[in-house]
Amino acid sequence: MNKVLMKGNEAIALAAIKAGCKCFFGYPITPQNEIPAFMSEELPKINGSFVQAESEVAAINMVYGAGGCGVRVMTSSSSPGIALKQEGISYLAGAEIPCFIVSVGRGGPGLGGIQPAQSDYFQATRGGGNGDYKVPVVAPNSIQEAIDWTYKAFDMADEYRTPVMMLIDGLIGQMMEPVSFENQSCKEFDRSGWATTGTKGKRDPHIINSLYLEPRDLEIHCLKLQAKFDLIRQKEVAWEEHNLEGAEIVAVAYGITSRIVKNSIEKLKEKGIKMGLIRPITLNPFPVEAFSNLPRSVKSLISIEMSLGQMVEDVKLASCGKYPVDFFGRTGGVIPTPEEIVNYIEKLVKEGK
Amino acid sequence: MSTVVFKKTEGLTDKTTHYCPGCTHGIIHRLVAESLEELGVLGDTIGVAPVGCAVLAYKYFKCDMHQAAHGRAPAVATGIKRARPENVVFTYQGDGDLASIGAAEIVHAAARGEKITTIFINNAIYGMTGGQMAPTTLIGQKAATAPLGRDPKLAGYPIKVSEMLATLEGAKFVERVSVDTPINVRKAKKAIKRAFEIQLSGEGFGIVEVLSTCPTNWGMSAIEALEWLRKNMMPKYPLGNLRDDNKGDN
Ligand SMILES: Cc1ncc(C[n+]2csc(CCOP(=O)(O)OP(=O)(O)O)c2C)c(N)n1
Ligand code: SF4
Repeated sequence: MNKVLMKGNEAIALAAIKAGCKCFFGYPITPQNEIPAFMSEELPKINGSFVQAESEVAAINMVYGAGGCGVRVMTSSSSPGIALKQEGISYLAGAEIPCFIVSVGRGGPGLGGIQPAQSDYFQATRGGGNGDYKVPVVAPNSIQEAIDWTYKAFDMADEYRTPVMMLIDGLIGQMMEPVSFENQSCKEFDRSGWATTGTKGKRDPHIINSLYLEPRDLEIHCLKLQAKFDLIRQKEVAWEEHNLEGAEIVAVAYGITSRIVKNSIEKLKEKGIKMGLIRPITLNPFPVEAFSNLPRSVKSLISIEMSLGQMVEDVKLASCGKYPVDFFGRTGGVIPTPEEIVNYIEKLVKEGK
Repeated sequence: MSTVVFKKTEGLTDKTTHYCPGCTHGIIHRLVAESLEELGVLGDTIGVAPVGCAVLAYKYFKCDMHQAAHGRAPAVATGIKRARPENVVFTYQGDGDLASIGAAEIVHAAARGEKITTIFINNAIYGMTGGQMAPTTLIGQKAATAPLGRDPKLAGYPIKVSEMLATLEGAKFVERVSVDTPINVRKAKKAIKRAFEIQLSGEGFGIVEVLSTCPTNWGMSAIEALEWLRKNMMPKYPLGNLRDDNKGDN
C-alpha cells in the first residue's frame, strides 16, 4: 500500500474531497485551522466552493443551504465554535440534511484553552440544539481511522439523511502518521427526490424544512427521525475490544486516550494486573452491546477520559449496574500519562475495588 | 372573444396565505413571483423563507424553497448559491430577522457580493411574535416591548438598513420601495425585477427594502396603516435607489 505522512486535520480534509465533498464553510479556530486552509486551496481546483464565513453560526447555515440542494458539504470547528453551531445542527437534523461536521476538541469551558481535550463528549453526543434529535458521532483514534471514517461518515450522512459528526481532539488533528487513501470508495446516492435544484417546471417544489405546526405532524416527524437513529444503532455501531480475555478490570476509552490506555495495559501486565479495553468508535449510538458479554473474569470497569467524567455516564448506562464503574481523567488540555493511569489502577486493585 | 387581461402568476401556489387582512406581505409575494415568472427563471429558483410572519412562504412560492433559522437566510442562500451557482437564489426576510438577529449574516453576504437577491420587508415591528420593538421601530412608536414608545435613550435608534448596506462594495443593487399605492407597487416590481437581473448578470448582491404594513400589531385598519406608513415611515426611510452601479449599461 502507498503510504504518505500526513497531519490528521489535512488527512481528514483530503479524505473529504476524495469522498466527493464539494463545499466547505468554516470560521477560524485552533486547533482545526489546517482543515479550512487545505480546503481553501483544494476545493477551487475541483470547481468546489470554500467560504470563510463570518461566524460558526453562519458557516453551519451555509452547510444547511448547500446540503439541502444535494451537494456533499462539510464544516469543521472546535469547542466554542461547535457550541455556536448547535442551532444549525438542530435544523440540519430536523430538515434531514446530509452533511459532515468535524469537531476538534480543546479544553473548556468558556474560551478554555487550545490544548487537546475530550470535554466536549456531551456537546457532541447530546448536542446543545433544541428538540428531539440525535446526531451520529464517530471518534477515531488514529489518522488512518479518521480517513476511513470520513468516507463512511459522508455515506452514512447520505444514506440516513442526517448530519454526522466526527469528534477528535487537537492531538489527532495535529499529529502526523503514515496513512493510505487506497481501497476507499464512496457510494452513489440518488438525491433527486428531495434536494432543491430548481423544479425546471417539471416537478412539484422541493422544500427543505423543519417546521411542523401541528403537534401530531411534528410527533410523526420526530418518530421518523427516531426510527432512523434506531436503524443506525442496529447497523452502524462500532467499537474495538482489546485484551479482554482474562481481564479483571476493563478500561473504556476513546480517541487518543485509548492509545495511552493501551500503553498502560502493557505496563500493568508487567505488574501482573490484567486490564482490557473497550474502545467505542461510535460514541453515538454508544456501543452498548460491547458490555453485555464481557468475560467472567471482569470485576469492574473504569472510564478513562480527558475530561472530568462525561462518557462515564454512558458506560454506567451501558453496563446497567452489573459492574462498579470507576473513573480516571485529566482535563483542561492535560494529557494523562500511561504511568499515572497505571498508578491509579494499581491503587484500585490494592483497595480491592 | 374574451382576452385574458390579468391572470394569477405561475410563481405562486394555490395555497391560501395566512397573512392578516390588509397586510402587504401578500402583495410583495406576488411581485417576487411575477418577476421570477417574467424573467423565465421560476424553474431555476431556490428561495429561502425566514422566521417571522413569512415563515410559511415556502408554501406560497412555486419554486424550490428552504426554511431557514431566524436571521440566517443570507447564510443559507450563500450555501445554496455556492453549491449551485447556476440557480437563482433569493431570501425573503422581515426586519427582526434581517436587521436584528441576522444583522451579521446580511452584512457579510452583501460584503462578499454573494450573487443572491434579498427581499427585505420593513414593517417597523416584530409581526409574528406580537408587535415587539424591532431595530426599525421608529422613535416614539409604540410596541409591545416599548409601551411608551421607542425611547432612544433606552433603545437607541432605528437602523436604516439600505443606507448601511449601500456602503458595501459587494452590494451592487440597493433600493427602497413601498407598496402603498398602485404607482409604488409598479415601482417596487421594477426594482425587484432589476435586483434579480443583477443576480442573473453575475454582478453581485442585490437587496430591495420594501416598506410594509402590519395593521394587526400597529393596531390600525388597513387604510390607516397605509396612511401611517406614508406619514411616519417614508420620511425616515425615504424611497429610492441607493445603488445600481451599472445602470447605464441597459
Ligand atoms: C432563535 C429564535 N429567536 C426567536 C424566535 C421567535 N420569533 C419568531 S418570529 C420573530 C420575529 C420576526 O419578526 P420580523 O423579522 O420583523 O418579521 P415579521 O413577523 O414582522 O414579518 C421572532 C423573534 C425564533 N423563532 N427563533
Ligand atoms: S402580524 Fe402583521 S406582518 Fe404579520 S401577517 Fe399580520 S399584519 Fe402582516
